[in-house]
Amino acid sequence: MSDPVLPLGGAHYEGLADVRETGPQGMIALRGDLSDAGLQEAVTGLTGVPMPDMRGAQVMGESGLLWMSPDELLVLVPYRQAARARAQLAEALQGQHALVENVSDMRAMFRLRGTQVRDVLAKLAPVDFARDALPVGELRRTRFAQVAAGVWLSDDTTAQVFCFRSVAEYMFNLLRTAADPDAFVGFHTG
Amino acid sequence: MSTRLATGGRLVDRSSDIRFTFNGKSFRGHEGDTLASALLANDQMLVGRSFKYHRPRGVVASGAEEPNALVNLGRDTTHEPNQRATTTELFNGLQATSQNHWPSLDYDIGALNWLFGRFLTAGFYYKTFIHPRPFWKHIYEPFIRQSAGLGRAPDPETRDPDTYEHFYAFVDVVVIGGGVAGLQAAKAAADSGAKVLVMEQTAHWGGRAPVDGGTIDGMAPGGWVNKTVEALEGMENVALRTRSMGAGVYDHGYVLGYERLTDHAPFLKGPRHRLWRIRARQIVTATGAIERPLSFAGNDIPGVMLASAVRDYLVNYGVIAGQRTVVVTNNDDAYRTAIALKQAGLQVPAVIDARQMGGGALMEEAKSLGIRVETGRAIAKVKGGKRVTGVAICAMAGGGAMLEEIKCDAVAMSGGWSPVVHLWSHCGGKLTWDEDHAFFRPDPERAPTSHDGLPFVTVTGSANGEMDLKSVLEDADKAGKSSRKAAGGKPRRFAPPKGESVEEVPLRPVWLMPENAWDDLRMKAWLDYQNDVKVSDVQLAAREGYESVEHTKRYTTLGMATDQGKLSNINGLATLAASLGEEIPQVGTTTFRPPYTPISMGAIAGEARGEIFQPIRKTPIHAWHEKHGAAWEPVGHWRRPYCYPQQGESKHDAVHREVLATRNSLGLLDASTLGKIIVKGPDAGRFLDMLYTNMMSTLKPGRCRYGLMCTENGFLTDDGVVARIDEDTFLCHTTTGGADRIHAHMEEWLQTEWWDWKVYTANATEQFAQIAVVGPNARKLLEKLGGMDVGKDMLPFMAWADGTLAGFPVRVYRISFSGELSYEIAVPANLGRAFWDKIVEAGQEWNITPYGTEALHVMRAEKGFIMIGDETDGTVIPQDLGLHWAISKKKEDYLGKRAQTRSHMADPNRWQLVGLETVDGSVLPDGAYAVAAGKNANGQRNTQGRVTSTYHSPTLGKGIAMGLVHHGPDRMGEIIPFIKDDGETVVEAKIVSPVFFDPEGEKQNV
Repeated sequence: MSDPVLPLGGAHYEGLADVRETGPQGMIALRGDLSDAGLQEAVTGLTGVPMPDMRGAQVMGESGLLWMSPDELLVLVPYRQAARARAQLAEALQGQHALVENVSDMRAMFRLRGTQVRDVLAKLAPVDFARDALPVGELRRTRFAQVAAGVWLSDDTTAQVFCFRSVAEYMFNLLRTAADPDAFVGFHTG
Repeated sequence: MSTRLATGGRLVDRSSDIRFTFNGKSFRGHEGDTLASALLANDQMLVGRSFKYHRPRGVVASGAEEPNALVNLGRDTTHEPNQRATTTELFNGLQATSQNHWPSLDYDIGALNWLFGRFLTAGFYYKTFIHPRPFWKHIYEPFIRQSAGLGRAPDPETRDPDTYEHFYAFVDVVVIGGGVAGLQAAKAAADSGAKVLVMEQTAHWGGRAPVDGGTIDGMAPGGWVNKTVEALEGMENVALRTRSMGAGVYDHGYVLGYERLTDHAPFLKGPRHRLWRIRARQIVTATGAIERPLSFAGNDIPGVMLASAVRDYLVNYGVIAGQRTVVVTNNDDAYRTAIALKQAGLQVPAVIDARQMGGGALMEEAKSLGIRVETGRAIAKVKGGKRVTGVAICAMAGGGAMLEEIKCDAVAMSGGWSPVVHLWSHCGGKLTWDEDHAFFRPDPERAPTSHDGLPFVTVTGSANGEMDLKSVLEDADKAGKSSRKAAGGKPRRFAPPKGESVEEVPLRPVWLMPENAWDDLRMKAWLDYQNDVKVSDVQLAAREGYESVEHTKRYTTLGMATDQGKLSNINGLATLAASLGEEIPQVGTTTFRPPYTPISMGAIAGEARGEIFQPIRKTPIHAWHEKHGAAWEPVGHWRRPYCYPQQGESKHDAVHREVLATRNSLGLLDASTLGKIIVKGPDAGRFLDMLYTNMMSTLKPGRCRYGLMCTENGFLTDDGVVARIDEDTFLCHTTTGGADRIHAHMEEWLQTEWWDWKVYTANATEQFAQIAVVGPNARKLLEKLGGMDVGKDMLPFMAWADGTLAGFPVRVYRISFSGELSYEIAVPANLGRAFWDKIVEAGQEWNITPYGTEALHVMRAEKGFIMIGDETDGTVIPQDLGLHWAISKKKEDYLGKRAQTRSHMADPNRWQLVGLETVDGSVLPDGAYAVAAGKNANGQRNTQGRVTSTYHSPTLGKGIAMGLVHHGPDRMGEIIPFIKDDGETVVEAKIVSPVFFDPEGEKQNV
């Protein structure tokens, strides 16, 4: 089968930050009792990452667990394994009340890289992006200008942003505008 | 004449040469100049005309409070009116023009208004133009509109070439104002690690202190400022921004900051303005004070300036307003101006001091420099037209009998200072009247409070009414430390810096000069320069019964100009108080509202312009529609094809073609925008039974059912097809616009009312592309694609199945919104485009025709299917639409059931859905009303129905419509009159069944 089609075909822009459309990323929406040991075992076993704390983003390569709400995880798996992973999870959670849905095509993902990443993000989202307020590995569900989005920093100079597929182009243009090399702010320094 | 001195000017770089134009005339200035200082340096005293009388106007102030020197800046696409020359930094190539004059600044015909000034008093317009009534709308207003307005609006066809952005900042303490008070407060707060942001509206730190003198810790203020800024710059927890104004303070520590990045250097790339959206635990406003003018006759003649401004221009820019400057004052501070001028080698013929006993140490210093000081004296009037030529001196007590005339070409006036309390007041900070200083100062007992009832704004320095360097710095230190504490930290115990300045003796409040000025003098004593409000106008308003300061403001327009009365408010309300025989605090102030000075519309819009003005949602197939010439229709934030006009084809013709092609052979629709919400759990059936009016829990896996959703008030809110996936999983289709709303609706009920029900939902709308294949040849096409059995037995009407088609993983729903044999096929979004292309290719032999939303609407109307938003408008219940069959009688409850039993809902007089056919075959106007005999209580014609949907049906070759009609279903065959937009023309229509086409459903059921 041919490669999955990305919403923007892997768009790229280099400015205050290096902005790149990433993916495809396998994603499984999981709603259930996150405190349940069986559920925890199933998702950690599947992804190989530890269970995230509240608002946590535990990600290793293409696998990971994003804490979306008190009863929702977004399970990240390699794109090609998503259907199988969904079935495995559903199987493992049989008998308990849970919703497991393959949503790998529902979103667009972007990676922002560079020392100015926090300033670029702070132009679009009403979020405190200071190191102590949004540390590496903490997910924030918020809005970027006029659309819903999620963001976490995977290291000190790299941000991962996701939004719904239909607004991928809007999001990329937003990020590109905010990363205009002539629009330096210098608020989140060092 | 005004000019630049050979030396001096701490802010200008004399080695630089900057060229600019004013009204087309070329001038030169220096780097560091403001437009105002550069104009004065070139002896351009006259900078504009006033609003009402078109009086000549000169620069009066040196900062944000300037009411006169407002200019048009730039040209064509960068043209911007009402720009303040005093806060506009000079740059090479700057182009400015003056405002409110015709034909030229020097010779202005509007100035004739002044000849009639005696009649153009407060309330003139109200009194004159009220009769006869109809004249206002048709004659007076259009005429007055023409002559009203300061500046020229940009050409509506031009587009701003600049970019703008927002920035969200979160800090412990934001300090507004970078004078010595702001800097010290920032330092005191930041010393123990608080995250501090300091915003200064000008390009320079230190505020007035470097001009006004004194010492701080033994240093000149300028030296201390440099040292402190350097220290703050070295702290990681401090951010310093110049050219950034604190524009407004809002609830819960929200502050808007307005940063002007390239106004001073338009050749720089990048955003022009940045709007800072700041959330701070604590706010310190260190916004300084503004000097007040004195109200004497002729105080508006160019060359009459604030004493502090005269000093600013001299010290900061080496520019003087005149060679011979008379200083007039009621306080000690203005002596600083006299002393500075004298020390610069200029003539100060006299200081006119309204106080009988004169001033203190500063007066003595002036005297020792040989300056003549006249105490207990006043200016009776200023002589001159377009510039000052002299002043008539009189006794302060009395009506204005001239004692002496003094020749001069500039007047420096000071009526005392008013703290800038705007930001303190924006969010509810209260003021108290300070008798000794004759000003309103913030009342620390009544600060703006936050969610916890505790103050979140601290005001400090001159803004807090502290007028000498020593107390300013002590107050600022205290403010910094207390805000640090209030923000949850522990301040360090450093001692505040020690300020020293000359001691001053109290001022004498002067609201009119001389005390009992004669009528003709009061008529020329300006309060509001921009709007031409004089002492006599406010007194007249008081005589006419305007007691409230807010009413007087609106009646006289005092303080309503673009400067929002920064100079005029206190003088105006003191004048009002005197006229009413009340105390000033009893009269009070008008309301201070953000922004402090106007901010650009661009900054407010931020990044939202051009392609990112609004998000446009695009389906995976969007690019194909674009390429094939779709005419778009916005649906929510989506763009959906309305139709696909071919070369030379009108939209109407395209819709016609699309409908017929679909009905006769094969059509194709991108239905990806429809909402797809997954509802799962042991209680999912029970939950959907509550949400929909009909029974969903009895639906068998593999089958679909159409359902209606109502609000708890009984009104129809959404509809769609529900598919049961397995025992405890449903997929609910919603309308395009309803996806997010209905998902939120579901979550709200689950989270607030039925929190113990075991149901989860997920909005999977965007996971799938969904394509409707519609028409008599639909099955043949799917069979050609191959991979699964789509036959009548395996996949009957209202069933669904998973499988593959042409190798694509699909879920096929056999549902129909057109009355045709129809399949809606969902594929993962990333395959949407490829699958669409495959269908288009395979469908060629049946002339497959993509159709848009209009063809969809026409076909559903032919079948009498309702459309949310057409047949419903928030006041319609399912029973109105004849949808009783979709309302379960067996269910104990569902959302809306109780409401639908209420008397008005069950009333047989509610209008009911019917089909409508015009007698002449024409198309009824959308929304048209059917009239009935007689008139209602408002004298309007009675009505008996209205059109909800109306189309030309290509299938039937005539106009068809649906509408709600009084007792409609009982009146089949009756002809009723509808009225066209003109309110007269009657269109007759017959009441028929709403199902116009294939009433037996034979076509969809094959």
